[in-house]
Amino acid sequence: MTAPLIPLEQIPEAWNNVIALMLGMGFGFVLESSGFSSSRKIMGTFFGYDFVVLKVFFTAGITAMTGIIYLDYLGVMDASMLYINPYYVYAAIIGGLIMGAGFALGGFCPGTSFTGVAIGKIDALVFTIGLFAGIFLFSEAYGLFEGIFNGHFMGTSKIYELIGMKESVFAALLIIVAVAMFFVATWVEKKVDKVNY
Amino acid sequence: MKRDGSFYLNPYLGGFLLGLVLLSTYYITGRGLGASGAIKSSVVTTVHAVAPDHAKQSAYYSQFLSDKKSPMNNWLVFEVLGVLAGAFFSGALWGRLKTKVEHSPKITGRTRLISALIGGALFGFGAQLARGCTSGAALSGMAVLSSSGIITMLAIFGSAYIFSWTFKRLWI
Repeated sequence: MTAPLIPLEQIPEAWNNVIALMLGMGFGFVLESSGFSSSRKIMGTFFGYDFVVLKVFFTAGITAMTGIIYLDYLGVMDASMLYINPYYVYAAIIGGLIMGAGFALGGFCPGTSFTGVAIGKIDALVFTIGLFAGIFLFSEAYGLFEGIFNGHFMGTSKIYELIGMKESVFAALLIIVAVAMFFVATWVEKKVDKVNY
Repeated sequence: MKRDGSFYLNPYLGGFLLGLVLLSTYYITGRGLGASGAIKSSVVTTVHAVAPDHAKQSAYYSQFLSDKKSPMNNWLVFEVLGVLAGAFFSGALWGRLKTKVEHSPKITGRTRLISALIGGALFGFGAQLARGCTSGAALSGMAVLSSSGIITMLAIFGSAYIFSWTFKRLWI
């Protein structure tokens, strides 16, 4: 096993920030080139006139997932060393629901708003000011939400363990579901009136 | 490929490339991509600069402060600087660099900006609670099949779907 490279000290820690900058450039370039710098293109997923978010997001997710499983299988990368967000049930669900409301009002998520800022969208810039304000509010009021934030902790749980499935079976099912969604999305796109933006 | 701003990557190609960027991030660093964390670093830095004692005593800020380095010297801050540069390069390449407020013809620019501000605030708040946003929790979480990431992803998209119809007038 030689990867993940930095945790296994295959690359000196000093390179960390340079690598961050380069991977970020790839991330930003692909998001913008896919159209994520436009809030009205992003919102198309929820109204059915443009499913680019659904298609890009799930293609990226299953590509990375398959790659990780395969590299682990080949013995190139130790997947058990990868960081897993700890699962605090209430915080994960309530936080997600609040983010969804913010998504519907703002038309961006944090990453996509940065790509909007980069090409000159004022609405994206105002969204990032909102992000700053929201994070500040949460931090100042942390005491009130600490119970939810740290409530019902379930460790670094994996979704397939949670529902009692083998990793390989779950991954295969996820790919099938994603491809089925792509077909349905393309079919809906053809039925829904185009929106010009 | 036209350079009048109308060109977009094929979404499956875009998704595949994004997946490779995410896979490379895990391969090299052992962690996924992120976005909201960089804004958190700037909030912590700002509060620490304005009111250092308040920041040190806070149960939340203090988790991200260290005597050794500034909160801005953080992997995600450099990654987001890269995002800005990469997106700018893409916008320049495809002819999309333009200062504007993008909004539905049914609402004014002012309404768009107010809703963007409130939307951003809710998103920032929720991302702290869920320990990550669409990038750090949902997308990176799907790559490693974490329960937390996938549950948060379902909550984000489910809630956004319902609320987008509530606020339909803002968009179509």
